[in-house]
Amino acid sequence: MTYLAKPKLHHPDLPANALGFTRRDYEGTISTLCAGCGHDSISAAIIQACWELAIQPHRVAKLSGIGCSSKTPTYFLDKSHGFNSVHGRMPSVLTGANLANRDLIYLGVSGDGDSASIGLGQFAHSMRRGVNMTYIVENNGVYGLTKGQFSATADRGSKSKRGAVNTDEGIDLAILALQLGATFVARSFSGDKEQLVPLIKGALTHPGAAFIDVVSPCVAFNNHEGSTRSYDYVRNHNEAVNRLDVITVHREITAEYPPGSVQEVRQHDGSLLRLRKLSEDYDSSSRISAMSYVQSRYAHGEIVTGLLYVEPGAGDLHESLGTVDRPLNELGEKELCPGSAALAKFNASLR
Amino acid sequence: MKPTDIGTPDYFHKVVDCQWACPAHTPVPEYIRLIAQGRYADAYMINWTSNVFPGILGRTCDRPCEPACRRGRVEENQGEKPEPVAICRLKRVAADYKGDVKSRLPRPAAKKNGKRVACVGGGPASLTVARDLAPLGYHVTIFEADQRAGGMIRTQIPKFRLPESVIDEEVGYVLDLDVDFRPNHRVESLKELLGHGYDAVFVGSGAPRGRDLDVPGREEAAKHIHVGIEWLASVSFGHITKVGRRVIVLGGGNTAMDCCRSARRLGGEDVKVIVRSGYEEMKASPWEKEDAVHEGIPILNFLVPKAFVHEQGRLTGMTFEKVQAVYDDKGRRSLVPTGEPEQHFECDEVLVAVGQENAFPWIERDTGVEFDKWGMPVLDPKTLQSTLPSVFFGGDAALGPKNIIWAVAHGHDAAISIDRFCRGEDVAVRPPALMNLVSQKMGIHEWIYDNQIVPDARNRVPLKELTIALKDIRQEVELGFDPELAWKEAQRCLNCDVQTVFVPKLCIECDACVDICPMDCITFTADGEEAEVRARLNAPARNPAQDLYVGAGLKTGRIMAKDEDVCLHCGMCAERCPTGAWDMQKSFIEMTHAGPGCREGAAPRKAA
Repeated sequence: MTYLAKPKLHHPDLPANALGFTRRDYEGTISTLCAGCGHDSISAAIIQACWELAIQPHRVAKLSGIGCSSKTPTYFLDKSHGFNSVHGRMPSVLTGANLANRDLIYLGVSGDGDSASIGLGQFAHSMRRGVNMTYIVENNGVYGLTKGQFSATADRGSKSKRGAVNTDEGIDLAILALQLGATFVARSFSGDKEQLVPLIKGALTHPGAAFIDVVSPCVAFNNHEGSTRSYDYVRNHNEAVNRLDVITVHREITAEYPPGSVQEVRQHDGSLLRLRKLSEDYDSSSRISAMSYVQSRYAHGEIVTGLLYVEPGAGDLHESLGTVDRPLNELGEKELCPGSAALAKFNASLR
Repeated sequence: MKPTDIGTPDYFHKVVDCQWACPAHTPVPEYIRLIAQGRYADAYMINWTSNVFPGILGRTCDRPCEPACRRGRVEENQGEKPEPVAICRLKRVAADYKGDVKSRLPRPAAKKNGKRVACVGGGPASLTVARDLAPLGYHVTIFEADQRAGGMIRTQIPKFRLPESVIDEEVGYVLDLDVDFRPNHRVESLKELLGHGYDAVFVGSGAPRGRDLDVPGREEAAKHIHVGIEWLASVSFGHITKVGRRVIVLGGGNTAMDCCRSARRLGGEDVKVIVRSGYEEMKASPWEKEDAVHEGIPILNFLVPKAFVHEQGRLTGMTFEKVQAVYDDKGRRSLVPTGEPEQHFECDEVLVAVGQENAFPWIERDTGVEFDKWGMPVLDPKTLQSTLPSVFFGGDAALGPKNIIWAVAHGHDAAISIDRFCRGEDVAVRPPALMNLVSQKMGIHEWIYDNQIVPDARNRVPLKELTIALKDIRQEVELGFDPELAWKEAQRCLNCDVQTVFVPKLCIECDACVDICPMDCITFTADGEEAEVRARLNAPARNPAQDLYVGAGLKTGRIMAKDEDVCLHCGMCAERCPTGAWDMQKSFIEMTHAGPGCREGAAPRKAA
């Protein structure tokens, strides 16, 4: 951490997006996390993704729980709505907010403790309900705020900084999300923004439950020999299956690829997800083969990254519930209280 | 790309743009920090060592440091007009508030070394040679045509810009080093001078001849037409105390600005400057033009003088031809008449400030000192040695009219040459500068230097009220920064001498520095050719004059490329680095002057 605010001066040639904002306009206050924390890189990737998409900051709601990861929403998008909820309860609060105002872009930021331990049930239900949100787990495999105990996502057999070996099985949140019905599931690495930024853009434009598990090394407690979440380990065992380009409605498609090497997914808002395959036999349109591929590579000690699964034509909770298009919080007394005649008619229908 | 070798003394020196641009290489950020700390005498001594005349230069320097200042570049495209740190006027603060520094100055040599050096002319170049050589035991004799030492500093710079007392003080510091000063002694013959058996002769006689303007009417109206630098000297010595009501100043350089402002103070009510070129292309420094305009002096451009208009020897006005600038395909400019009728401006007096020339009528052409076809001495530009090995040149006399700070730099260089020459050593061998790198780390997030970047715009130097200032030509118009304002302005300095030092083997490539850098200076990327790497950095490096700092040997095989161009030296990269791969280290660079350090077999200098 630092005592001083980041200087407001920026590069003279810093470009502006369609709204006239520079990337610096999407920043928050300076991080108070440990120097070198992977989470700060994820914040930088979120800033970059929102700037590239020219998102209006006031149309974003960022919600989090408790933990190092859940502190980070302070460090990006300081003109957006924010909510720090109870430990592990971000998904419920976000679901409620989303039901009340479906027009905002919902970004949930959580950690492996917040989502895989205390909030595992919350995580599961937000995924299976298909809440339209981007759910980012900043996954470092340890409880950093309490000095480095194994978290529930730590791999069995990995070593703590003190040398203790983890005997419990690790939870793979991406596999859980796939199994629970999330319609956009990805995994990435905080040290690879080239991969991470497009994934965040894809998730933000995805019209259903989008989950990204981001491996994010804890420099203070989990960046040593024997750890499976260190910068070195992840770099050496990272198997990227594809590269994503997000083509928004307003951007022209320019790059050309050989046929068969590219998979395209058109989303509801008109944006196009274009996947360049890096692994020949990987198919991101099949939930089942995605799960089996990720797990078989895991058995070989590899961490599969990239867009693991995306469902074209995905829907969300509002669709399932049949809510009106207008956000509920905008409905007035007239719409919400149609009068005693309407009530009598409704009651009669139940008799 | 080749990894950067930060051991090359020039690498970090170039990053300190102001110091690199200063002909005398004054350690600017170092003295600005001292001013911020209120250590004015220390700041003064840093200056005095480098540039000999801090109080004089703090008022009159051409300040090549300021256009080079990084602050001007980092403020571009944001906030108000981008402007450099007011380096020059901060220097004056050090001089104004230093108190008594006599005890810190070198003492006259206790023992003479038996070598005799003659300096021709008592201006800044000769005085610098004397300052460097006299304490080493040289017997230095300065021959000056005027009554007092100072040269153009005393004769050409108006007193409202530079009070006499400041000149007396700083010239005095040099003469007090047991220098043999011979006033009212114009050297009429180099041959004769050489005949006195000096071990070396330094020619610092300046560019004493003002260019005249030969157009019709010049002779007839001669009584009311004056050559700028001669007129300024007469004003300076009090021979001229008034001027006509309507004055035209011809020329667009700093001398013209001094002329018009002096005329305003000697009774000129309607004073105007008329130049051939466009306003922007004028040779005068922008701030000197601003000062003239501030004093109600219009500057009319694109007017070429055609004739002096007179009635029976009485000047009544001047006629001019209107021109426009036309550029050919090579970008060369020519001034082409617009065809408009000639313009006539009424006036009572004209000051001609259209340039200066060198003149060496006193140097016989058979002494062995060769001259080129422009009448300038043939010199080695590094050693300033002429074709007669014992004769050296410096200041305006050496390479044509420049300015005080160049004269000082020449003086230092010539003193080194003379010192080596008198000891029978090769003058072409030049001593390296002292360079010292010291980590500024004090605690986890604390640095010895103040790394907070202030967003403030440049502070203006307070001026005396115009109605008072214009009444008396000896009344200094600039009041100078007071300590509070000086502190504020000092905060704008980015401390470019506190360098970002990168150690690749400690780096874990976590991107923390990349994410925090406010200027997007740092990129971790695949290696390549420089031009191609520059184009694909996080922020493309489009200023080829500024280096890329390249670190190699990272685990992923990538390189770290940092664009030095707009780095704020805020230390955020080092604060966010978990492994100490980045550190902020102060590079103190000091030029080596004449003395033991410049000689054969000198031990490498170490900073205290």
